[in-house]
Amino acid sequence: MQLHINGSLVELPSDTRVSLLDLLRDHLALSGTKKGCNQGACGACTVLVDGERILSCLALAVQYEGRSITTIEGLSTDGALHPLQQAFIDHDGFQCGYCTPGQICSAVGMLGELRRGLPSNVTIDLANGSVPLTRDELCERMSGNLCRCGAYNGIVDAITEFAETSK
Amino acid sequence: MSIKDTAQAVMKKAVQIAPDAWMPGGTPDPLIRQKHGLIGTSVSRLDGPEKVSGTAQFAAEFPMESMVYAALLYSTIAKGKITHLDTSAAEAAPGVVLVMTHRNAPRMKPAPAFMSSAKAAAGDDLPIMQDEEIHWNGQPVALVLAESQEQADYAKSQIHVAYEVASALTSFEKAKPNSEPGVFQGQPLLLEIGDAEAALAAAPRKVDAVYRTPRHSHNPIELHAATVGWNGDDLIVHDASQCVTHAAWSIAEVFDIKEEQVHVTSPYVGGGFGSKTLWQHQILAAAASKVAGRPVRLVLSRKGVYRIVGGRTLTEQRVAIGAQEDGRFDALIQTGVVAMGRHNNMPEPFILPARSGYQAKSFRLDVEAARMDMLANTFMRAPGESVGTFALECAIDELADSLGMDPIELRSRNEPEKDPTTGAPFSSRHITEAYTSGAERFGWAARNSKPGTRREGEWLVGMGCATATYPYYRMAGGAARLTLTKDGRATVEIAAHEMGMGTATTQTMVTADRFGLAMECVNVKYGDSHFPGVVLAGGSQQTASIGASVIAAHRELITELIKLAGKESPLAGLDPDEVIGRNGYLCKSDEPERRESYVSLMERAGRDQLTAKGSAPPPLEFTHWSMHSHGAMFCEVRVNAVTGETRVSRFLGSFDCGRILNTKTAASQFRGGIIMGLGLALMEETQFDERKGRIMNPSLAEYHVPVHLDVPEIDVMWTDIPDPHAPMGARGVGEIGITGVGAAVANAVYNATGKRVRDLPITLDKTL
Repeated sequence: MQLHINGSLVELPSDTRVSLLDLLRDHLALSGTKKGCNQGACGACTVLVDGERILSCLALAVQYEGRSITTIEGLSTDGALHPLQQAFIDHDGFQCGYCTPGQICSAVGMLGELRRGLPSNVTIDLANGSVPLTRDELCERMSGNLCRCGAYNGIVDAITEFAETSK
Repeated sequence: MSIKDTAQAVMKKAVQIAPDAWMPGGTPDPLIRQKHGLIGTSVSRLDGPEKVSGTAQFAAEFPMESMVYAALLYSTIAKGKITHLDTSAAEAAPGVVLVMTHRNAPRMKPAPAFMSSAKAAAGDDLPIMQDEEIHWNGQPVALVLAESQEQADYAKSQIHVAYEVASALTSFEKAKPNSEPGVFQGQPLLLEIGDAEAALAAAPRKVDAVYRTPRHSHNPIELHAATVGWNGDDLIVHDASQCVTHAAWSIAEVFDIKEEQVHVTSPYVGGGFGSKTLWQHQILAAAASKVAGRPVRLVLSRKGVYRIVGGRTLTEQRVAIGAQEDGRFDALIQTGVVAMGRHNNMPEPFILPARSGYQAKSFRLDVEAARMDMLANTFMRAPGESVGTFALECAIDELADSLGMDPIELRSRNEPEKDPTTGAPFSSRHITEAYTSGAERFGWAARNSKPGTRREGEWLVGMGCATATYPYYRMAGGAARLTLTKDGRATVEIAAHEMGMGTATTQTMVTADRFGLAMECVNVKYGDSHFPGVVLAGGSQQTASIGASVIAAHRELITELIKLAGKESPLAGLDPDEVIGRNGYLCKSDEPERRESYVSLMERAGRDQLTAKGSAPPPLEFTHWSMHSHGAMFCEVRVNAVTGETRVSRFLGSFDCGRILNTKTAASQFRGGIIMGLGLALMEETQFDERKGRIMNPSLAEYHVPVHLDVPEIDVMWTDIPDPHAPMGARGVGEIGITGVGAAVANAVYNATGKRVRDLPITLDKTL
């Protein structure tokens, strides 16, 4: 029983109650993924599973056998920051830094959803097939990631810049 | 008046009339004159790479050998006694190492309650798991330690507790008749100048209304947590703390050991806003660790945070203003009641803004506290000002409306020349400039003063403004250690904190400018109780406290350096006031070619490193001068005429906070405060069940905070006028952002709809 985390093969825990979040934080010392509520309300624990964002606090680790997980630690390669991580620094898209890994992972997943043309609650033309990245689309789709310091403006600017330069 | 009160009053008077030059800040910080350094530029956070890559280490992320995990069980009654406690099933559950209750917890003293002494850090001074008494609904009654979090959580569910319920006072209405005078920072929250009630009655124009604000929870996204371990009688606490020195001293008091035996570290804090002080969890974790003989990690659940970490209390405020036809105030009255726990002293001081905000012929300002059987309430971002400005600034808007006068003009007519209640001169007050520039940038002139007249489809559109204000503070006890090494690098060590303000970055800039070094040559170390200084990250005072401490240490270091460099140095015989640092050199201020590099000075001194410690002078400056920051807050809202939903479409904060040190992080502080203010205005409320004394919405799903889609682009600007009497000319920017926002939004909602909402939050049911 194994899963891939940031490219490494990892054994699943024997205790089936262990959440994916606790597997990362307590068993694997990958504490970049944060615990803010443990009940799916804050988004701090967001990770990518085969490229799609999930809340790891609401996921049991054993459900993910054979899947490929990317955490914030897996976004940077050989110590070089991912361009979105750099954009967060440039635009001051965080203060305390606690929600930040979740915001960044969520943004990566969110941009994938946009590319696939998935509509959101604010999408005006559902039949169009492609969804433009407006400010409202971005904010609606990122609203599951809370930032109590209120770095939202910087986060939006960082994601927008990254999305535009990586087109 | 007691002897102590009399002595305090005499001391205060003496400080007020003493010559300026005797005061800290009497001679302006030389950095204020310097215009071409790092101060005032935009610098990205130095700890940014750690934060965005997930390598910044928070309290619950410190590994410890053979560590166990804790879970807490909370009382379900507000008052009474534990009559039955069965822990046998929990003790027999897999992986359990310890079940701790009042029966087997070590004997501990109550923790010193915040403000009861200089380094007291605790939310209350109740016994901590020492007896069967229950004092609030949510009090910890048992703690489980197990090899894994899952095992601890399961075992906790197997504990059975029965109570004998006593009658608890959990209704605010029932508590109000017995309310007591509020006392804050040793001073009564009561101020009377003239006969304000008579002046109100006689005034030709008046407003008189009651405003209500609910309980609030800080809700930093990082859960409160501690990883603790004992080494003999020495305790290490990896904490999420905005007061490491206070926490170390207070924990030492609890366990009756020496302050030095408790080492508190807190390199990163995942948001605090007043909540990351000392609550029962750190102490219970340490106690359990002592009993079990194993290191312990205790992470509160989100519900647990609501159970044992207090929040902002509710307020009920009457504001009455009596005015002349031209708008000048004859009477300013702000009185009311707040709820308060039985074992803490934090009467939310909502009258603070009215003490220095406006000129009036008479004042009556009074806060009373109604004690209730509830979790201790505490400080939350801009305690007093955040909710006090809501009532005061709405009342001014109401008066302006009734006079048919622009609210900015009304404020300007009541602008004081000196502090209206103490008579002290203002150190620096440029609120009028903030309003003028803000109004222009926001397009205030386009506002239609008649409410409910601008409609776009379903949406009613309106604009409002309000004054933001927060005082300059500097608390006693600041101290820092500076080390200069032979390669010309400087290190600052101070027990300060980083919880998002950008402390290390800003202080690196300031220290680099002070020495005349590049930023790369300066290292600022903080977040450790073994460093010097008692530096609370609160009251927006940390920057000033660090600044004054580093100034003192720097003076010591430079004096010593020049002395040790000897007679051959070009700087021989100069005193620290005669030199400045520039480009890696120390120079004579008025003769910059007379200079020597730090590397060369250290070589002459024959030292690998030179260390000096300095203590900040007693904080007398804000008694001598009236020192306050201000902001002009402008808001545009759209209120849906069908659903009643309010959306903030534009917001501008125009600030006068002295000199801005790092434009990037300061702008984020302003915006963050404003966004928390939008939460206060529109959605935030900790719901307290008055029947059971239990918080009913202890989760981020049910306590609503602003999310991405709630927040428009927030515009911020500032006067950047240095305060000549504050270190670096800076008055602090952490809290002012939340002040005035509630009123700016409420005033905009009135302008949009004609509905005056005096009860926060402005939910849709109140605008329909």
